[in-house]
Amino acid sequence: MLKIFKYFQKQDWLLILCSLVFIVTQVWLDLKIPDFMTEITKLVQTEGSKIGDVLVQGGYMLLCAVGSMLVSMCTVFLAAKVAAGFSVRLRGKVFDKTLSFSMEEISRFSTASLITRSTNDIMQVQMLIIMGLQIVIRAPIMAVWAILKITGKAWEWTAATGFAVAFLCVLIAIVVFIALPKFRVIQTLTDQLNRVTRENLSGIRVVRAYNAEGYQEEKFEQANNDLTKTNLFTGRTMAILFPSIGLMMSGMNLAIYWIGAVIINNAPMQDRLARFSDMVVFSSYAMQIIMSFMMLSMVFIMMPRAAVSAKRINEVLDTEVKIEDGNAKNSEKGKSSGEVEFRNVSFKYPDAEDYVLKNISFKAHKGETVAIIGSTGSGKSTLLNLIPRFMEASEGVVLVDGADVKDYTLEALRNKLGYVSQKAILFSGSVASNVAFGENEKKTDKEIKRAVDIAQGKEFVEKMEGQYEAAIAQGGTNISGGQKQRLSIARAIYKNPEIYLFDDSFSALDYKTDRVLRSQLKKEIKDATSIIVAQRIGTIIDADRIIVLDQGEVVGIGTHQELMKTCNVYQEIAYSQLSKEELEVG
Amino acid sequence: MAENEMANSSHEEAKRPNRRGPKGRQRGSQKGQGANLSKSFKQLFTYSRAYVPAIIVALVLSMAGSIFNIIGPDLLGDITDTITKGLMTSIDMDAVVHVTTILVVLYALMFVFQYIQGFIMATATQRISKSLRKDLSKKMNRLPLKYFDSNSTGDVLSRVTNDVDMVGQTLNQSLSGLTSAITLFLGSLVMMFWTNWIMAISAVLSTFIGFALMSILISKSQVFFGRQQKQLGKLNGYIEETYSGHNVVKAYNGEKLAKASFHEINTGLYDSAWKSQFLSGLMMPFMMFVGNLGYVVVCIVGAALAVNGHISFGVIVSFMLYIRLFTQPLTQIAQGATQLQSTAAASGRVFEFLNEKELADESEKQTKLETIKGEVSFRNVRFGYNENQPIIKNFSVNVKAGQKVAIVGPTGAGKTTLVNLLMRFYEVNDGEILIDGVPTSQLTRENLHDLFCMVLQDTWLFEGTIRENIVYSSKGVSDEQLEAACKAVGLHHFIKTLPNGYDTILDDKASLSAGQKQLITIARAMVKTAPLLILDEATSSVDTRTEMLIQEAMDKLTVGKTSFVIAHRLSTIKNADMILVMKDGDIIETGTHEELLKQNGFYAELYNSQFEQAS
Repeated sequence: MLKIFKYFQKQDWLLILCSLVFIVTQVWLDLKIPDFMTEITKLVQTEGSKIGDVLVQGGYMLLCAVGSMLVSMCTVFLAAKVAAGFSVRLRGKVFDKTLSFSMEEISRFSTASLITRSTNDIMQVQMLIIMGLQIVIRAPIMAVWAILKITGKAWEWTAATGFAVAFLCVLIAIVVFIALPKFRVIQTLTDQLNRVTRENLSGIRVVRAYNAEGYQEEKFEQANNDLTKTNLFTGRTMAILFPSIGLMMSGMNLAIYWIGAVIINNAPMQDRLARFSDMVVFSSYAMQIIMSFMMLSMVFIMMPRAAVSAKRINEVLDTEVKIEDGNAKNSEKGKSSGEVEFRNVSFKYPDAEDYVLKNISFKAHKGETVAIIGSTGSGKSTLLNLIPRFMEASEGVVLVDGADVKDYTLEALRNKLGYVSQKAILFSGSVASNVAFGENEKKTDKEIKRAVDIAQGKEFVEKMEGQYEAAIAQGGTNISGGQKQRLSIARAIYKNPEIYLFDDSFSALDYKTDRVLRSQLKKEIKDATSIIVAQRIGTIIDADRIIVLDQGEVVGIGTHQELMKTCNVYQEIAYSQLSKEELEVG
Repeated sequence: MAENEMANSSHEEAKRPNRRGPKGRQRGSQKGQGANLSKSFKQLFTYSRAYVPAIIVALVLSMAGSIFNIIGPDLLGDITDTITKGLMTSIDMDAVVHVTTILVVLYALMFVFQYIQGFIMATATQRISKSLRKDLSKKMNRLPLKYFDSNSTGDVLSRVTNDVDMVGQTLNQSLSGLTSAITLFLGSLVMMFWTNWIMAISAVLSTFIGFALMSILISKSQVFFGRQQKQLGKLNGYIEETYSGHNVVKAYNGEKLAKASFHEINTGLYDSAWKSQFLSGLMMPFMMFVGNLGYVVVCIVGAALAVNGHISFGVIVSFMLYIRLFTQPLTQIAQGATQLQSTAAASGRVFEFLNEKELADESEKQTKLETIKGEVSFRNVRFGYNENQPIIKNFSVNVKAGQKVAIVGPTGAGKTTLVNLLMRFYEVNDGEILIDGVPTSQLTRENLHDLFCMVLQDTWLFEGTIRENIVYSSKGVSDEQLEAACKAVGLHHFIKTLPNGYDTILDDKASLSAGQKQLITIARAMVKTAPLLILDEATSSVDTRTEMLIQEAMDKLTVGKTSFVIAHRLSTIKNADMILVMKDGDIIETGTHEELLKQNGFYAELYNSQFEQAS
């Protein structure tokens, strides 16, 4: 929790220091108000006082009240500035950090969790800072100062106040230790309840087909019971907090007056008036102290959630990015041949025992199409991800244009590549802004149209309202899966890269579109190298070279015809999709 | 009583950022729905009838506690007067002790009452929440599937959790808070006027001025809050989008661009964020000022009166306490009112769901099919998801027992429509579907579902052991049957290699491939042993070799069953007894593979296209 505060800047600390000064001033003013009451009390109890004198004292009191308000407005101002500035900065840091993550780190956190960390968690911390700056600092200062002010007048009063403060501290501590861990439990139980509900909803057809409504309801009931039980416990525990504080407040007053009566009764005659006004004033102090502690307890209730949030934010910020930027702007020879080579490349996740890829070597020359096929988990996508350095080879080297990918700056490397992901990704904006995504120099509308045309998107785009300027919703939810995929392919074509990387990008297309698109591509990008990960034999049947992966190892390299003769795994895959006659014809 | 108010105010603030969605919705709907407010409350009241007596007891206790709280200052004033009277002579300690004793008893009772009140309210609202949740979960399974087509999972989820929580919390806080606040407010008002009317008027006036200032402030800060929420929403949307497209952003060197636009939105947020924080933060100083102002005014006016001998000093002491008791409930009442609005909005959403039209009641249906041959026929079936737009028009076909029917067509052709009709997830508009000659509409849905086993394309597994996932709701499945099914689909060996075998828990951490998940759902269908089968073939996320395993498993599953197979790969259905070709929702061709190829229609085109090479 405290670790997060290292992201405060000097200027923040300065502001916090200022607000500390303001808070001290405010406490001073708040405690000053009852002081004037002492004077008033004396005036009232002295025969023959003038109303004018009372009004003068009253004027001072009013000044203090206004002053206290102004000063605390300053505190709030500073706190708001610090908290808002801090959260903006922190959010910026988390965002930048997340963008620098490689796939490995992203998958470790999960995208959904990273989103919460950048949004809700930061808001939690912001709320805590603003409350903390106002209340957490104020309460102890108030308590100590008020007690000090009365010390020396009568130890009984000090003792009574000390007892009340101690009691409140203990009470808050007990609640913190008993109820707060339960709040964390409640969070998990709520997640559980959410999960069961989500399960039921997402599998609603299965649930009904299996007549499992009762089964699901029983599960829900279980989760519901657990949650309610814990909720009841915390609710009932927390219910004691406020009556206790109320009791303390009233009890304190009573104690002060009762003690006061005894003290005054025992005091010599000339001191009695002073003691009496002390009593009246002190009851006001007591009120102030208890009020501050009451607010303090609110902060403690907020604290655990914010602490969890702070921890989650720190986790992101403390993660070291594995992939470092190289410094070569281009390959040594300066040539841009579009050559990709894997030299004895292996990959495994850190801490994992088994390799995902083992000792892979192959070369793709300029203009060639190399296909990668294999079963799920055979490492196809991982292999592809090594080229744009989404992941880093554990052993061996991946070369692009004859140079190690690690030597390039990431920007230079990725400028050479046109990557199309398995799941089409679109951003809110327009068709054109999605196709021309990235930082390439400005190109003409003609280029956008050409790219969309090659990607077989012309027909549907031109039917859309606004055509190339048609709006695309967040995540591209306003167009179909196949259309999204075509636009994301257009994005790669628009970039006009040396090397195309297709990560199973054709599977969302129907056979017909798939075929037309590929023959168009072949015509239009014949100078570029393509590396295609695929599931369908039909997609890759005419590749220059097919690499067959099985459990991370290459079990065959060659053309379709060659592999049909030599590679068992390939044959199996082929026969599962096409019948023998069809394959021979093909 | 100030404590509750503080609790509420900080609570409200703490929750604000998280309630962006529902809050915006509530605010929008609050204006035109004054009538709905009372309707929601009526519904909530009727729903929680059982707890009404307990709640009334709690509220009475809360009122009683507040009344004790109001009597307190008056007695304290008595003590003060006793002291002042004896200031120059000797204090009547017996009187002091006497009043003190009464006060101790009063305060103790107040504590007990308040705690009992809190306890009852916490219990009642939690129980109400619980039964609301329970009813919502039951309701979920009684709604027609149509409902879920037009309502997102997230929406239903938020009703079950967020809205119910909101009802529980706000009901607890607002009801007891309002009762005690109103009692305190009125009580202290009465007591003040009863004690001294001049001081009472000055106290009320000073408080009124303070609150006038405050309400101006609140209305101003709302604008900034609105702006902050809007900007936050924009920012969150941007973050979500960029994170989900992380790979693409990187591959296209879009990081600089993404960072630039993010920082622009983020910096824009700073301005509205600190302003709204500042304005809402001002609440506290203002509240304290109102308290202080009242205190000062009471002191001055009281002192002026006391100097002239109009009142005793005890009156000032009483008023110093009354003024606190009087100002605090005001904020509390305002907050309680807004909270009640949230309660109404949330419970409105809950009851809206609970009042949705359910599936037709079937308790009077007597027909029951136990063992069947497995003949299925469609007779003049007409159906459209929207009744005005029929997509299946007058479809008839007879499927003999044990036949295999393949359903093919391009993505989006409506292949699942037939499944929806067979399982009566949707009702046909016209015509009927018969099983062994009995119209399915005469059977209960439960009976109908018992006749089918079903494997869907989306592998649906839940968090639980492998055993639980496979056995699921089937009754009396022995370990032998379970293992036999897993052996048949080729999972047994794999499961045995897992650390806990069949009791291994499937959760996020379980590293099951898509294919293995599919196999588990097939095993689930196998264990059910029903005479009819619906099969949605392999997913596109499964590679072809795993698919072969799945195909084998599916073939085993179809043995001896009348099966409806939604096919994605044409090569696997050539041996089907009947192929239904679907396009744009309708069944356009029917026949065997050979017959359809001869027709040289849509099927033939579809079939041939997969073998053509790009050239």
